[in-house]
Amino acid sequence: MRHDHLISAKQLSRDDIEAVLDRAATIADDPPDHGDAILALLFFEPSTRTKMSFDAAMKRLGGTTVDMGPVETSSVKKGETLADTVRVVEGYADAIVLRHPSEGAAKMASEFVDVPLINAGDGAGQHPSQTLLDLYTIRENAGLDDLTIGIMGDLKYGRTVHSLASALTNFDARQHFVSPESLRLPRSVRYDLHEAGAQVREHTDLEEVLSELDVLYVTRIQRERFPDENEYRAVAGQYRIDEGTLAAAREDLVVMHPLPRVDEISADVDDTTRAKYFEQAHNGVPVRMALLDAMIGGEDR
Amino acid sequence: MSDDTLRVSKIRDGTVIDHVPGGQALKVLAILGIDGSAGETVSVGMNVPSDKLGRKDIVKVEGRELSQAEVDVISLIAPAASINIVRDYEVVEKNRVVRPDRVEGVLACPNPNCITTGDEPVASAFEVLDAGVRCAYCDTIIRRDIADHI
Ligand SMILES: [Zn+2]
Repeated sequence: MRHDHLISAKQLSRDDIEAVLDRAATIADDPPDHGDAILALLFFEPSTRTKMSFDAAMKRLGGTTVDMGPVETSSVKKGETLADTVRVVEGYADAIVLRHPSEGAAKMASEFVDVPLINAGDGAGQHPSQTLLDLYTIRENAGLDDLTIGIMGDLKYGRTVHSLASALTNFDARQHFVSPESLRLPRSVRYDLHEAGAQVREHTDLEEVLSELDVLYVTRIQRERFPDENEYRAVAGQYRIDEGTLAAAREDLVVMHPLPRVDEISADVDDTTRAKYFEQAHNGVPVRMALLDAMIGGEDR
Repeated sequence: MSDDTLRVSKIRDGTVIDHVPGGQALKVLAILGIDGSAGETVSVGMNVPSDKLGRKDIVKVEGRELSQAEVDVISLIAPAASINIVRDYEVVEKNRVVRPDRVEGVLACPNPNCITTGDEPVASAFEVLDAGVRCAYCDTIIRRDIADHI
């Protein structure tokens, strides 16, 4: 990694990705000491897990974290711009992790600071550190070469999907996107996949492709995306998986989900060897340790 | 018919934008923020026969020279346009537009959730693609009707 900021998975080359994943595999056993490092956690929308995962990663490296507390009690509530907030906070910390509800927030914020900034989700945009832990999990369970992956659910607003899809263009991956027509991939993501020469197909029905998949990456279809509750119900049911649905899948299918899930993966899948979503969540800590190590004082900097 | 027939609106000082694709003149005016309310003298020739384009539009704006940012955006809807600067009835400069790699501060991002549409101290920026433009912040792509986003 030689980036000052991690804004989008599009920045990541295959070498960057492999360097972080390789380091993640060993870093927990012998963590480097970043005892004087402070990481600022700026979460303008709630995300307990991503925030805790970065917090845990920094602490495992011996460093500490500071955060701004809930948005309701911070100066943001008083109308301070994001540009001002990050310019203040860069004076407190060696790096900033930013979660913000607007697309492009991390990119803009990075233009105002000199400390490394990591995008931990900008609206429906990108979530590249999630992608690194997703790739780590895929590599451990299915390998990243000659991969057939199905990505299903809300592909339009799903930032984890957008980041994952672009990162996978670095590998020999066939990507199958499964969603309702109204939630298919945004034009900008399809454009990038096309430009990268990725092998991509879009489906509305999981059955069309399920039996070919090495990995099925499920995301949540959010109720609030639908104007009408009945419409939501009609759609959501088709993208819910259980053991019965997976009968047609390969025995070694890997089922992933960025969590939290609501009911898109039935609990009866949890006990099968296919379920990797909790492992995937746990991988967040070592992967983020490796990422922080590279960005705030690794050998490359 | 030639440009000479448009002599009726010959301007003293200002800009003549020539070789605009037929029917696009009003979009050029939109890019320039001209709607007549400020009392500018503007003449527009629409669907004038042209050897090069078949039919072309011509826009003449009295008393104003265009900024590079405006020229850049015009290039997106009128890639063959020429920009003629007129001073004292003479064309003193004649330039073909060049499609830029990036346009800043002129187009507004159509994504209402884009960080550039809020109160942040940041100008909009768009990368120019082969067909369309793309927000440098949120990645939203605008393919046609670029002038609607000014
Ligand atoms: Zn935008």
